[in-house]
Amino acid sequence: MKVPVEITVNGTRHRSEVEPRLLLVHYLRDVLDLTGTHVGCETGLCGACTILLDGEAVKSCMMLAVQANVRAVETVEGLSVEGELDAVQRGFWEEHGLQCGFCTPGMLLSAHDLLRRSPQPTEEEIQRAIHGNLCRCTGYQTIVKAIQNAGDKMRAGKPSAASSSPSTRGRR
Amino acid sequence: MIPSKFEYFAPASLAEAVSLLSKYQEEAKPLAGGQSLISLLKLRLASLKYLVDLAGIAELNYIREEGAGPSGTISIGALTTYAQIKESKLLQSKCPLLPQTASVVGDVQVRNRGTLGGSLAHADPAGDMPAAILALKAELKAVGPQGERWIQADDFFLGMMETALSPDEILSEIRVPVLPDHKMIYRKAARRPSDFAMVGIALCLKARDDQTCEEISIGVTGVTDKPYRAEETEKRLRGKKLEPKIIEEAASAITEGVDVMENMHASQDFRSHLARVYVSRAIAAAGIRS
Repeated sequence: MKVPVEITVNGTRHRSEVEPRLLLVHYLRDVLDLTGTHVGCETGLCGACTILLDGEAVKSCMMLAVQANVRAVETVEGLSVEGELDAVQRGFWEEHGLQCGFCTPGMLLSAHDLLRRSPQPTEEEIQRAIHGNLCRCTGYQTIVKAIQNAGDKMRAGKPSAASSSPSTRGRR
Repeated sequence: MIPSKFEYFAPASLAEAVSLLSKYQEEAKPLAGGQSLISLLKLRLASLKYLVDLAGIAELNYIREEGAGPSGTISIGALTTYAQIKESKLLQSKCPLLPQTASVVGDVQVRNRGTLGGSLAHADPAGDMPAAILALKAELKAVGPQGERWIQADDFFLGMMETALSPDEILSEIRVPVLPDHKMIYRKAARRPSDFAMVGIALCLKARDDQTCEEISIGVTGVTDKPYRAEETEKRLRGKKLEPKIIEEAASAITEGVDVMENMHASQDFRSHLARVYVSRAIAAAGIRS
C-alpha cells in the first residue's frame, strides 16, 4: 500500500505516493530524477549517497523515503546558486578534491555538515568527519585540503560570522 | 538491496505505537534511526509485515537532569541520537562515558541518525552503547500495553540481538546515575575507525588518592554473543590497590566464563588478548599509574 509523503528537496516541496519500502536514495534518483546522489555500496559503508536531512549528513540508502516525510533534504543539485559553484564545490575544484567524481556528491555534503558544526576544522577533524565517505581515487589528502579551502572561503565570505570574530577565535 | 514489502505506520504518540505493536506482535517491529534495522531489511536478513516508525513521537527525544547532588540521575529519551549525546554539554560534564562512547559509533552519518534506544534494543553483540550502559548500571524503561516497567542494564541483554523487551514493548527512556567521583573511559579495538568493535571496554572507576579501587564496573562488548559485565575482573580489583600486578591478574579474568566469539576479524585467542589489553589500557587511561 502506497503512502503519501511530502518532502522538501533543495527548497522545493514534492508530494508523492511511495511504497514504504522505497529507499530515500531511490526516491531522489528515480522519482525526482535527481541523479547527483550516487548509489555506491548499498550497505551503508561508502557514503556516496550522503545527503543533508534537516541540515545533517545522513546516508540516503540507509533511510526509507517515508522517513523523510515533512522534512527537508538537500542534495548536491541544491548546492550551486544560479549556476555558480558554492564555496565547498569551489574548494574541491581548486584543490583537485576529486578524480573520478563518484564519491564527490557525498563528500561535498559531509563537508557541509562539518563546516556548519566547525567552521575552522583541523586536519584531524576533517579526517574524522569523512570517515563515512570512501574515495578510491584521491588518497583523501586533496579532499582534506579542499575542505580546508572551503572553510577559508566560507569564513572570508562572512567576515562578521561568530566563527571568525576575535572573541570566539580566542576560545577555539 | 530492496526490502521486502511491509506496511508502514507513523504513530504520533507512544501509546499509539504500543497499541500497534500489541496488535501485530512478532509481525511488527519498531523503527528508530534505522541504522541497523534498515540494513537488515535491505539484506533481507529480517523481514516483517508491519513497520512502526517511532520518529514522529516527540516525547522520546530529550536529555535532562533529574534531581541534583550525588543521587542525581540523567534521563535520556530513547530516540536521542548519538550525535546529540556526543554534543550534550550536560552529559559531557556529568556522564562523560556516554558522549565518549557515542563519538566512536560508526561515522558522522550514522551518528546523525542512529539512536541510543535503537542501539540497545537492537543489541548487536558488538555495539558500543550497550557496554557503556552496563558500566553505568543504567536503568531502562520499557513501555508496553500493561504500562511501564524498569529493567536493570544487567538484566537487559539476553543473547545475540535478544533483549528483555517483549515484542509489544518499546524502550522509551534510559536513566543513568551521575557519578561525580568516577573516572569513565571507553576503549575500542576496531579494524577501521567506523567499524564495529572487535573488543570494546567501558569502565567506571572510583579510586582513592592512594590508588585503592573503591568501586568499579566494566562493560564488555564485541567479545561474545551479548555485551556483559566483567564481574570477575571487577571483583579482583574492588578494594585493592591498583598496582600493575593486580591489574594484570584481574585483566586476565576479563573473558572468564564467556564463550569468546571467533570471526574473520579476530580469532578466539586474539580477541581474548585484545580484551585483556584493552581493559588494562582503560584502567591506565582512567589515570591509574601502572
